[in-house]
Amino acid sequence: MDFKRMVTRSRLGENTPSKNQAVDRLRLVLVHDRAKVTPGLMEKLKEEIIKAITRYVEIDEGQMEMELTSCENRAELVASIPVNRIRRVSG
Amino acid sequence: MSGRVIVVTSGKGGVGKTTAVANIGTGLALNHHKVVMIDADIGLRNLDVVMGLENRIVYDLVDVVEGECTLRKALIKDKRFENLFLLPAAQRRNKDEVSPEQMKALCDELRKEFDYILVDCPAGIEQGFKNAIAGATEAIIVTTPEISAIRDADRIIGLLQANELTEIPEPLLILNRIRPEMVRKGDMMDINDVNDILAIKLLGVVPDDEVIIVSTNKGEPAVLSRNTKAGMAFRHIVQRIQGEAVPFMPMDFDLGIFGRLRKMFINK
Repeated sequence: MDFKRMVTRSRLGENTPSKNQAVDRLRLVLVHDRAKVTPGLMEKLKEEIIKAITRYVEIDEGQMEMELTSCENRAELVASIPVNRIRRVSG
Repeated sequence: MSGRVIVVTSGKGGVGKTTAVANIGTGLALNHHKVVMIDADIGLRNLDVVMGLENRIVYDLVDVVEGECTLRKALIKDKRFENLFLLPAAQRRNKDEVSPEQMKALCDELRKEFDYILVDCPAGIEQGFKNAIAGATEAIIVTTPEISAIRDADRIIGLLQANELTEIPEPLLILNRIRPEMVRKGDMMDINDVNDILAIKLLGVVPDDEVIIVSTNKGEPAVLSRNTKAGMAFRHIVQRIQGEAVPFMPMDFDLGIFGRLRKMFINK
């Protein structure tokens, strides 16, 4: 007996609002749509990430991989960045 | 003082662009502005029928652009109003027969004489869309509170922002065919959801209203009827376009606890 579901259903006959599903799905779909459609977005993003990171670490830019994935109802930016050396930063 | 060229677009078909153009154009004309509506949906003429002007067409947009006739000859004056004109689409041609440059030249010409030039944009993102936005100085995006419509609207917004050829600043949003009862039950996205996702300024919200079908049947835009919800919504939209600050009306599902109780008993 799924009590939780019974209680949710019996409360004035309401089910889980479908519009919330719509909003979540839309957000996810739009992350990917906009990434695909905006010219050079991923390249520019990658360049800026490299700029920020290389202040602190020396990386192998050629082997760096970055992609936008969908994972369990969420979009994720996943980067794989080989690190050669941590720079000695003063101060 | 040059006229405002407003393109009404959406991406998705059937969400209410033509209805919006007809009602906004009529509303502006009722407020004594000089208005021309251009049906830019070449090959799929519709604005004429919604306006009840289908029997008056002699020349069309393609005729003007090809020099077959003067602009003056092709413009249909709506006799019900002081200064409302229609430039119909061609029914037998296709959208490649007009170029963005020609559309821009046409709009620039019309701007000298008219206060408002409304362009009814076809669905899609191809040549028809590119033509329709070419001469525009402002854009209105129409969407319904449904996933596919909003997704397409987002694409259109992206295209407008990326397009360096147009002068269009941030577009405004009309949320069309909202159903307060479904919103109340959580089965339809509301204006806050849509606003969150699309993030452009809201021009107006129009409820789903049977009067739209009746008004199209008759060829009399709903804005002419004083006491319908859709008519009122379009009248407010017109006022906001004119620069007046009109507050957004609460949807009637927002009745508060007593209203809800009352509804419960009445629906017994």
